[in-house]
Amino acid sequence: MTRLSAEQRHRVRFTLNGDAVDRNCEPRLLLSDFVRHEIGATGTHVGCEHGVCGACTVTIDGRPARACLTLALQVEGCEIRTVEGLSDKQGRLGVLQSAFRRNHALQCGFCTAGILMSLDALFAQNRQAGETEIRDVLTGHLCRCTGYAPIVKAAMEAAAEMREETRREVADA
Amino acid sequence: MKPAAFDYVRAESLDEALEVLRTEGSDARIIAGGQSLMPMLNMRLARPRVLVDIMHLEELRKIEVQRGRIAVGAAVRQAELLEWPPLRRELKLLSLALPWTGHAQTRSRGTICGSVAHADPSAEIPLTLLALGGDIVLRSAKRLRRVAARDFFLGMMVTDRNDDELIEAVQFPAADGRRCAFREVARRHGDFAIVACAAVATDRGVRLAVGGVADIPVAREFDARVGDALEDALNAFAWDLDARDDLHATARYRRDLVRMIGRELITEVMQ
Repeated sequence: MTRLSAEQRHRVRFTLNGDAVDRNCEPRLLLSDFVRHEIGATGTHVGCEHGVCGACTVTIDGRPARACLTLALQVEGCEIRTVEGLSDKQGRLGVLQSAFRRNHALQCGFCTAGILMSLDALFAQNRQAGETEIRDVLTGHLCRCTGYAPIVKAAMEAAAEMREETRREVADA
Repeated sequence: MKPAAFDYVRAESLDEALEVLRTEGSDARIIAGGQSLMPMLNMRLARPRVLVDIMHLEELRKIEVQRGRIAVGAAVRQAELLEWPPLRRELKLLSLALPWTGHAQTRSRGTICGSVAHADPSAEIPLTLLALGGDIVLRSAKRLRRVAARDFFLGMMVTDRNDDELIEAVQFPAADGRRCAFREVARRHGDFAIVACAAVATDRGVRLAVGGVADIPVAREFDARVGDALEDALNAFAWDLDARDDLHATARYRRDLVRMIGRELITEVMQ
């Protein structure tokens, strides 16, 4: 039996935005604190720390999940993506991020990283996702600035743009 | 808002997990998806000495259809069951209720059995299990037993599970074409239910189960009465649930919802 003791740090390995992570942590360390404090990837924000606000949402093996309700040790072997993974290596914004910027879908930006990750997972799973699906995903997030309307608009615009891109790629082939 | 320290066991077999429960008793907690337990740990409402992670146990990761029952193992996540192709046919009520269970971001990790183990009074999965007359399969190092949902929930977050037992699976009776309906009122879709109702057609009428009002989900049988007789029966049920005022709603509002949603669902199911 592998019993990992509370006082010691234990090895954990996973991939973060495509890069291998191989570090140590105590059993009680949350994934949100692991990526922020151990790795220094502070794009993931920490709000309520009990799963209600959605600010810390990341994707685990392609599915959106609360990093504050996940222990770092639980994601051994998993593929984690955070908001840092949405822009390219030069730091240029992705399609969804650009749509947020154009549509003023953020003000203070605290909730944004989590919302982007949820929407990114939605569009990866369902290219045809429309307003109903977008609004359903947004119920898992709290935004106190925008009133959500610009977020929905940005998400729909980004979805249309991504579908157009796919169409062009298909036509090209 | 950080968990207190605990040892972490990544169980490699069911026996291993049961052995920890046998030796540590109430100092040990099983963690599966963690979507109910992690908030408790973060807020230090739970301070176990050891957590036993069972998500790597393949034998718990299965959905089985057997003799008119659907058994859902302890490591089956809510999102996985929601995506199980026969769900709508085999377990229509659950297919209606699951989209109300938390959010996509918690269903991705939360398990069916975990929600039953946690026994939140407003949770949809325990409510559905009760409405359908399902069972909970409990295993300890010593024995295996099956408890009916109506006997399992004892109080707010209190169940019949002993400290050395884990929920191995929950069993839902298959739909066999019975009519059913589900409705919920919450401040935000996916938040804790102010009132959640599930109705299932039975041989004599309708079984209506209500969550979010009493300390546990409660079911009552309604025969095929209509009009004033139904109103009176629903009113009696609403009062018997002993609703309380809280931050989210008044007791009176909850009784109103029970009467209103109850009437809608019963009418819908009896049609």
